[in-house]
Amino acid sequence: MSTVPVRLESSTFERRKVPRAVRRRRFLVSVANHSLLIAAAIAFAAPFVFIVLTALMTHDQALSPDLWPHPFRWSNFTDVFHNAPMLRWTLNTALYAGLATLGVLVSSIPVAYALSKLRWRGRDTVFLVVLVALMLPPQVTVIPLYVMWAKLDLVGTLWPLVLPVWFGDAFSIFLLRQFFLTVPEEYLDAARVDGCGELRILTTVVCRLAKPAIAAVALFSVLYTFNDFFLPLLYLGENPDHWVLSVGLSNFRSLHQVEWNIVMAATVLMMLPVIILFFLAQRAFVEGVTLTGVKG
Amino acid sequence: MSPWLVGFTIFVLYPLVMSAYLSFTKYDLLSSPKWVGLANYKYAFTVDPQVWPAVKNTLWFVAVSVPLSVLFAFGIALMLTRARYGGGFFRTVFYLPALAPPVAATLGFVYLLNPVTGPINSGLEKIGLEGPLWFQSPEWSKPSLVLLALWGIGNTMVIFLAAVLDVPKQLYESAELDGAGPWQRMRWVTLPSVSPVILFSVVLGVIYGLQYFTQAYVAASIASGQASAAGEGATNLGYPEDSTLFYPVLLYNWGFRYFQMGYASALAMVLLGVALLVTVVIVRNSKRWVHYGGAVR
Repeated sequence: MSTVPVRLESSTFERRKVPRAVRRRRFLVSVANHSLLIAAAIAFAAPFVFIVLTALMTHDQALSPDLWPHPFRWSNFTDVFHNAPMLRWTLNTALYAGLATLGVLVSSIPVAYALSKLRWRGRDTVFLVVLVALMLPPQVTVIPLYVMWAKLDLVGTLWPLVLPVWFGDAFSIFLLRQFFLTVPEEYLDAARVDGCGELRILTTVVCRLAKPAIAAVALFSVLYTFNDFFLPLLYLGENPDHWVLSVGLSNFRSLHQVEWNIVMAATVLMMLPVIILFFLAQRAFVEGVTLTGVKG
Repeated sequence: MSPWLVGFTIFVLYPLVMSAYLSFTKYDLLSSPKWVGLANYKYAFTVDPQVWPAVKNTLWFVAVSVPLSVLFAFGIALMLTRARYGGGFFRTVFYLPALAPPVAATLGFVYLLNPVTGPINSGLEKIGLEGPLWFQSPEWSKPSLVLLALWGIGNTMVIFLAAVLDVPKQLYESAELDGAGPWQRMRWVTLPSVSPVILFSVVLGVIYGLQYFTQAYVAASIASGQASAAGEGATNLGYPEDSTLFYPVLLYNWGFRYFQMGYASALAMVLLGVALLVTVVIVRNSKRWVHYGGAVR
């Protein structure tokens, strides 16, 4: 991006010879820049490397200053499943993520459509309400909600986590609305002229055009539920069989007096799905993140 | 539209109003709420010895981690735009930690920063330095959490990267024609152009900072479990010495450990007030330094 000066002479169609001193300086700056990047990259990768290495150590090695496992103890990863109901937690997490993501999509897409492509009274007020809901710290509403779920006797189940998002999720509505706004009105009008109802326009025209945004919303929802800790901690109760991975992992060490090498193996296992997901859907990730930021 | 309005009423509006009401009552979930007027607020502001430390810890964390994260993310984004080789590789390396689930990342950091057996202090020892006690010391526990936060700035970085790449090239060219050096171009072209994004990350950072819970909760419970020889499951929130007792942790403690729903609601209302106030102040002030539409004054 620092090649701007070359274009200064573009009117003469002749590339100006860059003086040697300038070239030298540019080279040095580039070397410095790349060295800094490499140093920062090492710092960012180091925690991953240490966590994975520890996950392969024996118990004694994990408590010693050794950095390299000797011998490699792959059985740590199977021990994780013997020490805790890890499989159960994984299934619960998958159920939570699946149901919540489905709910987010089913409920948020129509609301976002109504907020971006339909004209009706009070639309701007409702959008403002979405923004407020987006900003509201969850701690502010959590106590009456907890009381409500406790009275319904649903604490200890997934219901308090899943049901609310089936009524729409402010973040997803916001993100989808921003994207729907970019869909040209002409397409919708063309469909309307052909006698298409709003619902069909939404499912056939808008959803198809907005695939990247919908993919991003689904991805964020899966990630959010997978990482969610505060709400599961409150609502899933004391019985470990009801927990999801995040709650289980946080209690892993204290509950079972497990050694660090096993804890790190569990940590690796929890990071792995997210990282695999990232490499499978890298484009959707980056597009989604930029969409939230740049147009926000 | 209407199902969403129903959901909003049940899951946002009703609890918000209810929270305000409960904050004036004494309510332990077993008997029905009893009206006590302003007693909860009075207790929070004048009696409760943990409120002030929790407020201070939270403000400290926001004041340190938000500017550092923004600076750091911006710096890395700038370096990435100038990288001629391996841009994609570096971007992935910087982004990945943001994906690490908070609980997993916190566990990893508590192990890495273990004062005696962790690799970081072992490494420091090898080069003859004595590492700090990190999560085990009241002075270093919050900085350790800041490190953890800086490790996960990937999302902010990606947003900055997109914003910096979005700056119109002509602006740089005309600035250079006017004789602007690299620093001046940064100050008068890049910074104003990305200022809306800076504002966005600051506001989000502050809002999330005020809600900071998971990492503090997990770090305190793991680090304290590891310090006590008996290693009971009893989690010690705020460990060590209330230094990681953030406001949301305090609220959790009152609401879901002691089940004092009335008092916890009062704490929640104060949080709401502060969050609103801070957001309004930042957005108001921002008019002086945020430029929209690339207009450089």
